[in-house]
Amino acid sequence: MNVDVNGVTHEIEAGTTLGELIARLGVRREGIAVARNDDVVACGAVDATALCDGDTIEIIAAVAGG
Amino acid sequence: MNDQLHIGKYTFDSRLFVGTGKYPSIPIMQAAHAASGAQVLTIAIRRIHLDDPSGKTMIDYLDRSAYTLLPNTAGCYTAKEAVLTAKLAREALNTDLIKVEVIGDPDTLYPDTRETIVAAQELVRLGFTVLPYIGDDPVACKQLEEVGCAAVMPLAAPIGSGLGICNPHSIAIIKERANVPVIVDAGVGTASDAALAMELGVDALLMNTGIAAARDPVAMARAMNYATQAGRIAFLAGRMEKKRYANASSPTSGLIATRQESSS
Repeated sequence: MNVDVNGVTHEIEAGTTLGELIARLGVRREGIAVARNDDVVACGAVDATALCDGDTIEIIAAVAGG
Repeated sequence: MNDQLHIGKYTFDSRLFVGTGKYPSIPIMQAAHAASGAQVLTIAIRRIHLDDPSGKTMIDYLDRSAYTLLPNTAGCYTAKEAVLTAKLAREALNTDLIKVEVIGDPDTLYPDTRETIVAAQELVRLGFTVLPYIGDDPVACKQLEEVGCAAVMPLAAPIGSGLGICNPHSIAIIKERANVPVIVDAGVGTASDAALAMELGVDALLMNTGIAAARDPVAMARAMNYATQAGRIAFLAGRMEKKRYANASSPTSGLIATRQESSS
């Protein structure tokens, strides 16, 4: 199945969790936050969140700004 | 004299908030922050770069034991975007502080007042400490206060313009009517702008480009630090009245006779 992560399509196996996807992408957990289909997924719920085909994932962090 | 700044449940000694954008380098940014005396730093929220092997983000360069982070919703054009961004910021940084910035025009970066108020109201409902960036509009500032914002942040001039306090009368009216702290945000270009704003009685300043884009950002940060303090002290001291005509500073009696009639 396919999910969109930060605007890029990724093909993943059915049953993949958000935590597994983040690990596979090599993303450091500290200082990030994740939204799935415009809903923020709490840090503690990331590993238990199963992904669905067509999910849109946003992974964000702090950047320089005013 | 205790002259601390109180915003919601937060208390600060410094009345200068500084941004983290546009610096020539991270070390210069860090030195400028230190020179500014600021205790609050703003950051933006963006997608991480999935192809960046370092995995470093802005928080790796900011000492959270020394600074309070104020995430902003810069880049958002709708209340919906701003609310989601704020929720993500809260999750990423474990803070309830949010600078609401909902832009209405990409050239002037003026806020969309309607969307700003909608976003602010929703975020207050969700338990955020909301500091909204807004125009120097006394009506909008009052509306934001009424929906529960912890402060209001009217612009002095467009973001990054360095034009200074374009309408000091509006800022003064906003401060006069506000029951929450007023933080002038955007447009400060040099130290005299900062001092002027503080002399109007506002509670704090937020600036980024004025420091970051200076030829010497660290020196300018120091100047802004002193100017913010000087303006605040001058405001509390109470300036003299302006007068149309001169009023001598030295006594007018006891003058020495300086002229003698010449004999012809």
